[in-house]
Amino acid sequence: MKPLTQSVDGQFAELTQEVPVNVSRRRFLLSSAGLAAGALVLGVGIPLRQARAAEQQQLPAGTRVPAFLQITPDNQIYFQSPFVEGGQGIFTAMAQIVGEELDADPASFIVENAPTGADFQVMIAGPGRITGGSMSVRFSYPVMRRLGALARQMLLQAAATEWKVAITELTTEPGKVLHGASNRSLTYGELASKALDLPVPDPDSVSLKDPKDFRWIGKSVERIDVYEKSTGKAQYSIDMKVDGMLHAAVQHAPRLGMTVGDILNLAQVKAMRGVHSVHILEGAGAVAVVAPHWWDAKRAAEAVQVDWQAAKGEEQNNVRHMPADFSSEAFSELLAKRTDKGQDAEAKGDAVKLLDAAAPEALVSATYRTQYVHHAQLEPPSALARFDDNGALELWLPNQAPDMFLADVAKRTGLPANKITINSPILGGFFGRHFLYNTANPYPQAIELARKIGKPVKLIWSREEEFLRDPLRPMAAVRLRAALQDKAPVALEVISSCEGPTEGIYGHNPQKVDETAVEGLAGKSYEIPNVRIAQDYVKNPTMLAYWRSVGNSMNDFVYECFLDEVADKAGVDPYEMRKQLLKDNPRLSHLLDVVVQSAGGWKRGPFTAEDGSKRARGIAMASPFGTEAASIAEVSIENGTVRVHHVWEAIDPGSIVNPAIIEAQVNSAVALGLSQVLMEEVVYKNGKPLARNYDMYPILRPYEMAKVHVSIVESGAKMGGIGEPGLPSVPPAVVNAVSQLLGRRIRSMPLSRESLQG
Amino acid sequence: MELWNDMKLQINQQTYDVDVAEDTPLLWVIRDNLGMTGTKYGCGLAQCGACSVLIDGEVVRSCVMPASYAEGKQIITIEAIEQDDVGKRVVNAWVNHQVPQCGYCQSGQVMAATALLKATPYPTHEEISAAMGNLCRCGTYNAIEAAIDELAKEAKVEGTA
Repeated sequence: MKPLTQSVDGQFAELTQEVPVNVSRRRFLLSSAGLAAGALVLGVGIPLRQARAAEQQQLPAGTRVPAFLQITPDNQIYFQSPFVEGGQGIFTAMAQIVGEELDADPASFIVENAPTGADFQVMIAGPGRITGGSMSVRFSYPVMRRLGALARQMLLQAAATEWKVAITELTTEPGKVLHGASNRSLTYGELASKALDLPVPDPDSVSLKDPKDFRWIGKSVERIDVYEKSTGKAQYSIDMKVDGMLHAAVQHAPRLGMTVGDILNLAQVKAMRGVHSVHILEGAGAVAVVAPHWWDAKRAAEAVQVDWQAAKGEEQNNVRHMPADFSSEAFSELLAKRTDKGQDAEAKGDAVKLLDAAAPEALVSATYRTQYVHHAQLEPPSALARFDDNGALELWLPNQAPDMFLADVAKRTGLPANKITINSPILGGFFGRHFLYNTANPYPQAIELARKIGKPVKLIWSREEEFLRDPLRPMAAVRLRAALQDKAPVALEVISSCEGPTEGIYGHNPQKVDETAVEGLAGKSYEIPNVRIAQDYVKNPTMLAYWRSVGNSMNDFVYECFLDEVADKAGVDPYEMRKQLLKDNPRLSHLLDVVVQSAGGWKRGPFTAEDGSKRARGIAMASPFGTEAASIAEVSIENGTVRVHHVWEAIDPGSIVNPAIIEAQVNSAVALGLSQVLMEEVVYKNGKPLARNYDMYPILRPYEMAKVHVSIVESGAKMGGIGEPGLPSVPPAVVNAVSQLLGRRIRSMPLSRESLQG
Repeated sequence: MELWNDMKLQINQQTYDVDVAEDTPLLWVIRDNLGMTGTKYGCGLAQCGACSVLIDGEVVRSCVMPASYAEGKQIITIEAIEQDDVGKRVVNAWVNHQVPQCGYCQSGQVMAATALLKATPYPTHEEISAAMGNLCRCGTYNAIEAAIDELAKEAKVEGTA
């Protein structure tokens, strides 16, 4: 049986031989290849754009219209997105934004992740092109609108030439150009072959729509990928296939840094059914088995008995050597016992002096702890590597930053960049998993194997290998002190003993506090006159990573729960305390009102619900990624386990593109926030993670999900992010409710650690 | 000694001859030997449900199901879901409720929902909760419940009409 992707790939392979490319011819081939069906395109890549782009002169990023857009005669619009779809709805948002200015229905878009190259470095600040930090829309919005407007202008120009009329006499309706005076019209599909061969107009020559005229931006436009994803047609990296491909599975060293001494049962493994070959991957500290079928490769890889050698020498390239006695519990204890004052991340007034002088009855202090967590995205990492006869390398792999991956592949292989092609299929969840992590991406192994055996290789990490090598969201122990005056905090000091994810990945700079270590602690909007926020850097033996909402994911839990402690000490209701501390901030005061109103007013409890259960509510706020959020959680305790019945969340991203996607993303962030606070924790003992699958690392299950009530506030402030900001206020809202219900403070996550009999 | 088996599997109303060791999980026969990639690998341990298929109408986690077990039985995968009346309705409800996010678990979710509604056309919340245990890391659980709720109500309306 020949899967469709293979045949389409085959046709694309033929297409790529034709250089230079005739644009119109290519469009014809695309439509004759049956590409009107979106599912095929989502997974397979539309080639040739790089070849054509190379023929042309440099243009500013985000303006070379034909690199981004193709329009087929049947008015289907193929769009190359600079941002990868991984569930956050970015392909739909891109179709809305570009479609708005192009004047084309987003439903007529078929979107895939763009290839590497300067054209797609569209972000107006920061890294050029990554999918992360909830940045995609807010960092590309004006550029992508202008791209749509430029494309529309080219279609108008083509129509003006065709009809020999002035361009000013023309207008558009979705998908077509009109000449009112002569009552003529042409569809974009009819004009595209001429229009997209025209020179791109001066980017400054086009004007953008007045937002009051928006047809699609700001509306709950349906997602363009839900049908494919509801019918198994959507293709992820793990589904990719090329002719002659073999499969590979690996067994990693139990502790990072260990190397292969010897394979003790090599002959037996080689003789196992279906095994093609067995390979030692020196650099990765792994043994690989290649086979025509992945199951046989996996079975054999698990059967390999390796004499693992302890790590030798100094750590290189930030590859950490996991100590044989490492215990995450002991490490957490160590962090909690730190007394170092740390390095200032924020300092105003004279917090330390006031705190040191405060009377005991005016002082609140506590130490909070957060835990390591896994990304646990459902699609295990994979990579498909293929060398062609000329030594050029093509890769299919999950990634959030294709150009960074390209540069890394070039560095590792010594190949020039123009001999490397990166294909970036949609992601089966990411949550920060698919950045460039030195020891956590399968592609170096897949490349090595493809090179060794001279055939394309698809390597899949089993769930067990993934949980062994998944880099972790850091843990922290945070010491907090607050001094009260007139029932309000007058001074606050927060010292987080931790390693931030950014310094964990890229290296520690002793001169600098890692902002991602203290986000969610520093820069708060609460009116507290004397504040000191600091980081006490402690290196981890584990590899670290970004995780949805990054530092905020742990720090808002710490800060917002401590704020409830401060309120309790002051004898002030925690909602009233927040209102007071934000009284000069209209945006946040309003947000607080909205979330409280949506919950039917503020009641902290404990109270008895209709079903007889005893419940309480907690409130918390967060300001992640340029967006503001406030949550209220309602909880009870059943048989010693926390049950979260409702989460009301109000979110203000300033201005919005798609309210339905925002609601979905808040639901998603609530689920991950609940999962983190209720049950997630990566535990290491003797240098090894205890959990290698979901049985020992439970994540939120359907019956543990809360009802989620989302309120969207469009304040008109600068546009913020959406993918992550819904998360950070959820864990503290839950824990504040639980503490209220229990009558004692909980100061660590996850709650499954605690004995919770009220 | 390992038993190799020339098996005949009935998948989506077609007969496939496959030559695999008989303990090979059905999931990998479907994905690798037969190239149908709609059924997903998530955990290999019957924990997540991304690999759910129907065997004689019942939902099964194919990652731990030896292919030999399915010999002589009717296997339905996500590829044929729209050829089933209930499956087609489930897909429509998934689209109407905009259920998927990353989508990776949704093949399995759709299979589980189809099996539930075939067995229990008017499921209660408790029955939905008991039947829909597949994991979704994107947290689409509320959308899934809303979609099934609507299907249950529709079935009731049709049933009484």
